[in-house]
Amino acid sequence: MNNVQGIEEARDIQYRKSKKEQSFIRKLLRNRFAALGLFVILLLTATAIFAPYFATHDPYEMDVTKTLLGPGEDGHILGTDSYGRDTFSRIVFGARISLLVGVAAVLFGAVLGSLLGLISGYFGGRTDAIIMRIIDGMMAFPFILLAIVLMTVLGQGLVNVIIAIGISNIPGFARVVRGQVLTVKESEFIEVTRSLGAKHGRILFKHVVPNSVAPLIVYATMSVAGAIISEASLSFLGLGVQPPTASWGSMLQEGKNFLVLSPELATFSGLVILITVLGINLFGDGLRDALDPKMKL
Amino acid sequence: MKGFLYKRILQLIPTLLIVAIIVFFITRMLPGDPAAVMLGPQASAEDIAAYSEKLGLNEPLHKQFFDYLINLATFDFGNSLTYNRPIMDLIIERFPNTIILAVSALLLAVMIGVPAGIIAARKQNTIIDYSVTTLSLIGVSMPIFWLGVMLVLYFSVNLGWFPATGMGSLEEGFGSFIRHLILPSVALATIPTAEFARIIRSSMLETISQDYIKTARSKGLKEFKVINKHAFKNALTPLLTVIGLQFSGLLGGAVLTETIFSWPGMGLLIVDAIEKRDFVVVQSTVIFIAVIYVVINLIVDILYKVVNPKVNLDSNSGGGK
Repeated sequence: MNNVQGIEEARDIQYRKSKKEQSFIRKLLRNRFAALGLFVILLLTATAIFAPYFATHDPYEMDVTKTLLGPGEDGHILGTDSYGRDTFSRIVFGARISLLVGVAAVLFGAVLGSLLGLISGYFGGRTDAIIMRIIDGMMAFPFILLAIVLMTVLGQGLVNVIIAIGISNIPGFARVVRGQVLTVKESEFIEVTRSLGAKHGRILFKHVVPNSVAPLIVYATMSVAGAIISEASLSFLGLGVQPPTASWGSMLQEGKNFLVLSPELATFSGLVILITVLGINLFGDGLRDALDPKMKL
Repeated sequence: MKGFLYKRILQLIPTLLIVAIIVFFITRMLPGDPAAVMLGPQASAEDIAAYSEKLGLNEPLHKQFFDYLINLATFDFGNSLTYNRPIMDLIIERFPNTIILAVSALLLAVMIGVPAGIIAARKQNTIIDYSVTTLSLIGVSMPIFWLGVMLVLYFSVNLGWFPATGMGSLEEGFGSFIRHLILPSVALATIPTAEFARIIRSSMLETISQDYIKTARSKGLKEFKVINKHAFKNALTPLLTVIGLQFSGLLGGAVLTETIFSWPGMGLLIVDAIEKRDFVVVQSTVIFIAVIYVVINLIVDILYKVVNPKVNLDSNSGGGK
């Protein structure tokens, strides 16, 4: 009796193990670094959504009598900036900009880039040659420079930052998706689908896309980290979101000018960028290992 | 090899053409008068009219584009109104400074990143390995503009070891030159160092598990020789690719690093030009950097072939090392 139960239990476990998603999530969360990364991402998201509840002060309220206070002075956890605004509250609200730009810019780049990569890889031939030459041309610009050029012509502003970083993300996605499509395209089941008379659109979106998703997710995750750094870089150069909007990059730029009087401003605004990017990269690494350890990204 | 060289050089042409087209369209597709936008808000009506004339904006679009290409091909970027000089002069003056910074950062990255990666792979799953892995993860996530500011804060403001800004001229002595170079190089080298350590570590781990390494060991070769002669050489190819990729990052990162340390290179030129709204300078410099980047990638491709002749060249295959 006990023996039979044991066998059944074992079979049960075997069955559960074979369920792909479960083993994926388990693999992901067993990786302590990935779990830590996920925690950082969740914390960042919660901070961005509930910013008004986390913030101790109004991030835009100026007070000329309380400029450049140190941490803990007068109820300001991380002190104040040169306008007397609460640094902690501005960092909390800055999470909104970072997250919004990070996700929106990557979505923008992912949708357009993937579409180009799909068309290029699936149809091949001259279409492929033309699209890939354009992508090569875009890749000839160092990422941040392409964003800088686009910002100089688009002008400052949140939407423009998203567009500029989004466009800079297009070539990467196009390449990743094209590579995947080329691999999937050659597989037998696509051949079968085609010989059964399926149309291009159906083959692309029903078969090729779902089979290209795993590397795409990993690449997108890593790209969010890159987009957050880019937004901070642009804001640091004075090309990002417009003041007085709280952005970590523009806070760091201000902090740089008051390095001697108030080193905290620069220290903390940059530290949150590092922690955020590190968290996303840890999660992305874990995601890659859990999905496919052999994936080359 | 010759055929390969010709082919790769010919392939540059469409890429460079696309670069030129992208910049042309970014500037021409703008809403409003491109001359006014490119000259910036402080330009007078006469300036704008003169610049429109010079750009040939009254000509048909295909003629504009053709003239623009000829100007680019002859490296005639025109004059900068805010600097009152030919843009090419500005570039010739600034570009070597960026190269000094980028090359010293790259050397630093190779000197630290490569040995770190090898040691981590050799001592896999030890505290050394974990330290290298963790540090390199932090390194690749580093916002280098923040690191730059922190280096200034600790090593210039607090300790006073290194100057916070500027570039030492060689006439002031080699010491001053190096002292100015250290902090910006460290900031710029951080990401490539971490990348190299990661790449070398994983590719060494892959190589060490191969059969021929086991053979080399079992025939009694010294561990140093196994690592140096066999494993490292094979781990070198992915490194070369990454060096090429990182160079673009260095040229981009130089924009931020140069801003923080007031290093008089191309990056500072671009940022100054942005502040002055001198978009002609911004666009010309960016085209120039794109061309340099494409050329560097070509050189990396060629090196890649020299190190690993098996790539594409069938006649040379068989050399197992």
